[in-house]
Amino acid sequence: MLERYAPEDREAGHESREPMLGPSATWYLGVAAFLFSTGALGVLLRRNPLIVLLSLEIMLNGANLALIGYARHLGDGAGQIFAIAVMAVAASEVVVGLGLVVALNRRRVPLDVDRLNSLRG
Amino acid sequence: MIVASVGNVLVWAVWMAAAFACLGSGIAVVSFSNPFFSALALIGNLGSLAVLYLLLSAEFVAAAQVLVYAGAVMVMFLFVIAYIGPRQESPWAGGPSWQAVGAVLAAGALMVEIIVVIGLKASGSLAHSAHIGAAFGSPSEIGRLFLTDHLLAFEVTSIILLVAAIGGVILGEHARREVPGARALRARGSRSGP
Repeated sequence: MLERYAPEDREAGHESREPMLGPSATWYLGVAAFLFSTGALGVLLRRNPLIVLLSLEIMLNGANLALIGYARHLGDGAGQIFAIAVMAVAASEVVVGLGLVVALNRRRVPLDVDRLNSLRG
Repeated sequence: MIVASVGNVLVWAVWMAAAFACLGSGIAVVSFSNPFFSALALIGNLGSLAVLYLLLSAEFVAAAQVLVYAGAVMVMFLFVIAYIGPRQESPWAGGPSWQAVGAVLAAGALMVEIIVVIGLKASGSLAHSAHIGAAFGSPSEIGRLFLTDHLLAFEVTSIILLVAAIGGVILGEHARREVPGARALRARGSRSGP
């Protein structure tokens, strides 16, 4: 039973997939670039910290799409591992960011990233 | 041969639908004035990205995307938005400010930069993808990589999650206490703006 699921057996070639159907990796990278810059636009443009966090998620997802596109293109699983690690980092970032937003709201501080400038030098 | 070309057309059609849904919902997240609708659009964005991951034969990552992002993270976002209450903010109100123009220019420059770099450095090698085994992207393969080649990344990820959980608890607990700077910030916030 264990040998059936051994990766060496799967990679032996008698069960290999078709070559990549549909668009090539360039198209995926184009979508990833567009997503990343859309997220960057949101981070720079919006002043509500919640929407800044949502735009940050879009940026991270653009990077994830590029990682997974390259993983498929090169046939190397390390890109997918990296993408899962990025997901964990994004979840942590959301926890801390939303914690900050809730803390700001409890102190009746305005939710506007332009006015939160107490730490400016 | 015919089966292969039909499959190709099918994959192209699915890719087109998913990619345009992805780009459209990304723009919607950035441009909606209500954060609630932005969060809903981000759920659509994550779902269409999961379809793209499936096309790239990353089944486990697609499942994790739907479970972790569209499930857990977005539910947390929606809870916080509901807790804070609806706050409209129109990004284009009052004509284009220098800040908005600068942001659009910077984002456009970023996109042009990425596309030029990809086109210059990688366009030749991107035409033909590698052949992959049937196990590529499956949970067993991901698990094997996590516990052999990338064990350090796995452990560091668990530490990051632990630290984030502790940070969330601390932020939530200290939010009840009043700090000296908060009053000044409130006073500044009640003015009509800069």
